[in-house]
Amino acid sequence: MSIAPVMTQSEPRVVLTARGLGKDFAGFTAVNNVDLDVEHARIHALIGPNGAGKTTVFNLLTKFLQPTRGKITLLGQDITQTKPDKVARMGLVRSFQISAVFPHLTVRENVKVALQRPAGLAVQFWKPLSSLDRLNGRADQLIDDLGLTPYRDHRAADLSYGRKRVLEIATTLALDPEVLLLDEPMAGMGQEDVRMVADIIRDVAQTRAVLMVEHNLNVVADICHHVTVLQRGEIIATGDYATVSADPRVRTAYMGTE
Amino acid sequence: MAGKSEPIASEHIAIHPKAGQIQLVLLAVIGAALLLAPQFLYPIFLMKLLAFGLFAAAFNLLLGYTGLLSFGHATFFGGAAYFTAHAVKVWGWPPEAGILLGVLGAAALGLVMGAIAIRRQGIYFAMITLALSQMFFFFCLQAGFTHGEDGIQSVPRGTLFGIFNLSDTMTMYYFVLAVFVIGLLIIWRFVNSPFGMILKSIRENEQRAISLGYSVSRYKLGAFVMSAALAGLAGGVKALIFQFATLTDVSWQMSGEVILMTLLGGIGTLAGPVVGAGLVVTLQNYLATSDFPVTIITGVVFMVCVLVFRRGLIGEFFASRLGRRLGFRSES
Repeated sequence: MSIAPVMTQSEPRVVLTARGLGKDFAGFTAVNNVDLDVEHARIHALIGPNGAGKTTVFNLLTKFLQPTRGKITLLGQDITQTKPDKVARMGLVRSFQISAVFPHLTVRENVKVALQRPAGLAVQFWKPLSSLDRLNGRADQLIDDLGLTPYRDHRAADLSYGRKRVLEIATTLALDPEVLLLDEPMAGMGQEDVRMVADIIRDVAQTRAVLMVEHNLNVVADICHHVTVLQRGEIIATGDYATVSADPRVRTAYMGTE
Repeated sequence: MAGKSEPIASEHIAIHPKAGQIQLVLLAVIGAALLLAPQFLYPIFLMKLLAFGLFAAAFNLLLGYTGLLSFGHATFFGGAAYFTAHAVKVWGWPPEAGILLGVLGAAALGLVMGAIAIRRQGIYFAMITLALSQMFFFFCLQAGFTHGEDGIQSVPRGTLFGIFNLSDTMTMYYFVLAVFVIGLLIIWRFVNSPFGMILKSIRENEQRAISLGYSVSRYKLGAFVMSAALAGLAGGVKALIFQFATLTDVSWQMSGEVILMTLLGGIGTLAGPVVGAGLVVTLQNYLATSDFPVTIITGVVFMVCVLVFRRGLIGEFFASRLGRRLGFRSES
């Protein structure tokens, strides 16, 4: 298991916390009393049966949904009332369950869109498109890191499902986020792609925190340092994979069905 | 090609090696035609074409390139016509200053309407713009300076930069043509700029753009104001062409007409709305003298367009084999 090379692991650094997080939809409680601590240079998995509220938790943490109860802190700052785009600028960037790419842009353009804002090249309506050429180097670097170089000039819509997910990760990494939230990054992928994406995630987690929703328990067991199990919107177990998988409640609720 | 999805099919059509040159030749032919046109056709009619073409292209900046359907663009077109007409006629401003006032006035109206409307999406957005433009219509009906039903009549065209006498029809025509070309160039640059790239990404996947840290509503508002300002440019020029600013230009029918023009020509293309505007204005002109009601014809044309060529005239051409061979691309 890889440990961050630069960090001293004696004092784990918590970068994202949730306390008593809850969300009601018209009388139905989707998420209730969720506490989370996501640490730097760690991969934290959020698992649970369908409808357990995993994606809702993601939407709450990234502020795409406003929590009904509870408090969220990112890098020491309270973001409970912050807007989602601001949260992204503060360093918490998410991916989506359904692959989120810009379909009619090329692979390179997709990555460049993410690079434009940090480079201060997003509002210039009087400059030609060629002014974005200076982002090519950084974009191509990311594309190469994730093995997408042969598809650099393909439109994202023409990529296979697995490569779209990889492109999404490349775009997310372009922002160099402190905390990365990945919503089922390997759903619907073939075995080989799963292997590749797992390696990528392990690699990027050396310098940042990763929180991921994942159904593939082999992957979770393999790369995740910490696992939180959600059922009907509440946490039923949390700890490392061995602890969690031994928990009788988890076995009945989730793994027992395997 | 049946059974394949479109993006894959588009890969197999290679762009003709001389596509760039062919495009340039086409552009040159159109340019020459526009320069020579007033020798053969009624100049006022041509100027009307250009003004409405610019109006539709400005509207398309919002619909085609930002994905926002405004049902209130008459406010900017007609509002600017009033501002320009008033400044030129009552205050005696030169035409360039009058048009500038129209543009700024339309941009200010766009800032207010946009800031309110972009909080909602889809049909709600359209309804808010319609409601606000109806408020502006009744304001214009009641306000003193617009002269209500009479409008602002016999607006002098004046002398451009103190040099060109715009009362001369030919001088006026070339002035309108220049404004039209500059307006289209501004739109082209706006679309093909770093800002335009973000707009495109917002149109393609708004949630993703937010998650990349873009405050989407500010970009939409920027496009809204730009679209309003350019619609105002068209409106201000129109007031000088007809020497008249009227309630018709701020009515909801005008907002509807510009939607019709844009859809007919093809959204998401630079030329589409201009061609659509040309078609609608030509139809109106020819049918004006016949007994047949114009609205029925334009309505039928619109239905045919929606049913048969949904991308619009230019949109269909760009998407055809020939269009793609020539390297044309539609943005939506």
